[in-house]
Amino acid sequence: MTTYLLRRLLALLPVMLVVVTIVFFLIHLIPGDPVAVILGPEANAQQIEDARRELGLDRPLHEQLVRFYARLLRGDLGRSYFLDRPVTQALWERTEPTLVLMAGGLFVAVLIGVPSGIVAGAYQGSWWDRGLMTLALLGVCVPGFWLSLNFIYLFSVRLGWLPVAGYASVFQDPVAAFRHMLLPAVSLGFSQSALIARIARSCMIEVLRQDYIRTARAKGLAERSVIYLHAFRNALVPVVTVIGITMAILIGGAVVTEIVFNIPGLGRLIISAILRRDYPVVQGVVLVTAAAYMLINLVVDVVYAFIDPRIRYV
Amino acid sequence: MAVADRTPALAEVPTAAVGERTKWTRRLLRNRNVVIGGSVFLLLVLVALFANALSPYNPTRLYPGQRLKPPGLQNLLGTDEFGRDIASLVLHGSRVSLLVGCVTMVLTSLGGVVIGLIAGYYRRLDIVIMRVMDGLMAFPAILLAIALMAARGPGVWNVILSLSVVYLPRTAMLIRSTALSVRELDYVLAAQALGRGGLAIAFRHILPNCIGPLLVQGTFIFAYAVLAEAILGFLGVGVPPYVPSWGNVIASGKNVIREAFWVSLFPGLALTLSGLSLNLLGDGLRDVLDPRLRVQ
Repeated sequence: MTTYLLRRLLALLPVMLVVVTIVFFLIHLIPGDPVAVILGPEANAQQIEDARRELGLDRPLHEQLVRFYARLLRGDLGRSYFLDRPVTQALWERTEPTLVLMAGGLFVAVLIGVPSGIVAGAYQGSWWDRGLMTLALLGVCVPGFWLSLNFIYLFSVRLGWLPVAGYASVFQDPVAAFRHMLLPAVSLGFSQSALIARIARSCMIEVLRQDYIRTARAKGLAERSVIYLHAFRNALVPVVTVIGITMAILIGGAVVTEIVFNIPGLGRLIISAILRRDYPVVQGVVLVTAAAYMLINLVVDVVYAFIDPRIRYV
Repeated sequence: MAVADRTPALAEVPTAAVGERTKWTRRLLRNRNVVIGGSVFLLLVLVALFANALSPYNPTRLYPGQRLKPPGLQNLLGTDEFGRDIASLVLHGSRVSLLVGCVTMVLTSLGGVVIGLIAGYYRRLDIVIMRVMDGLMAFPAILLAIALMAARGPGVWNVILSLSVVYLPRTAMLIRSTALSVRELDYVLAAQALGRGGLAIAFRHILPNCIGPLLVQGTFIFAYAVLAEAILGFLGVGVPPYVPSWGNVIASGKNVIREAFWVSLFPGLALTLSGLSLNLLGDGLRDVLDPRLRVQ
């Protein structure tokens, strides 16, 4: 297990290097002179020259790249022009809402996805199966951000049950936090639950074909215990991977959901940073989410290898 | 005598090809998903092509006196905060969506084929290419697209370029894995033994085996790109706000959701319908063309 873990961590290094390089080049993709674009039309020549030196853009490209790596290794993501504080601090302040939203979305996705998939798979071809899978297809196709808007209209504007938008910290006011987070979590989790349901269903069908299920039936076990004791647990193994993938996808989804519900998380941070041309913040958010994405994928693979030892030897 | 012998064989070739083609057409037409998804998608293409003729109003003209009119006889789907006709906006919005989806699909397919075949055939380049692809895949897709748009600025072609970069690795990896499994087959070894060059083998012998999976993948990338374009537009980093696109209209509907739910409702329905048709088409094509990938 340790060797496996080490091997996986080592394999992550070159990918991380590529990721950092891509993020570095983002600022060089700006058409024309990046400094002039960042500072806007009002800046004078002296300001442009100062900013260029501060950003290190006056040095040769390879030197800039090496400095960028070195800075990152020290945990320095630069300084936000607009917020006037280190990017790491700005990121840290905005992480909680995004994490809470992702956790809520994941909870909803699993809560809806796993039971739907298991039932559809266990009763393949039934009306339950057809109904749930049609819903799952819809869930994949309905854009989450649009679903959010419809939820807001229905539950907040028309029925007045829940707040339209905003955020309350779980640590300060749990009840308000729940009321604010309910709609965002459901609209974020719904489309992911469709993916989980589809995979859970096909895993269930696969498992129900195995010999040990036939044995369980042959020894006279009730269908209920065959499905829930024998098949369900084995079908869950691949589902763990999908839940991990879901978590990774949720990072992207959370960004969009935050904009709809005005949640002050990383998504709002990056979008406002783009509008203010605050590129260090854009780079910081992209880098941190990519790192989180990779880390989640790694954890999923390791958990998977832990549950199913056959994986390690492939 | 020799001439007489060869004539029937030559004559058979086109007939066999036609037979093969009708066989595939028949198989595709027998698949319910392909027929339903394909027809709806075809309808969307027709709507995009004839958007001018179908639209009751000019989608970019503002009618300040007609602000936020609910759906009615004069404006079938209502109007937005600038008095623009939602029906005309939705009809014209299909153009941006389909243009972005289609060009992104073509660019990712072309790029994916070239990169995937090179990686699958030249083992030394494979390591470098695949690390770069891994790096691109390590970003959450929509965030990479947002970041690229942040650098490039709003515009249809920047959206297409960003989404192509984001989705290219998936196609490249698919082509590579197909190439890797095909390159060990006897007929490829035979071509090598006959002295064919690497590139000729890659494109003439390996590529045809990738067409099925490529078509399936392309359909799904089309669907992703249409959705991603709308998301970028909604976030205000996609096509410029004055261009009628589904994402832009939904974004303007967000501001008036209390008074006018119809502004965001109808473009969202159009977006869902296009996603549904492409997903059905993709599922159907996968079942027919690539039975190995079939989900039970």
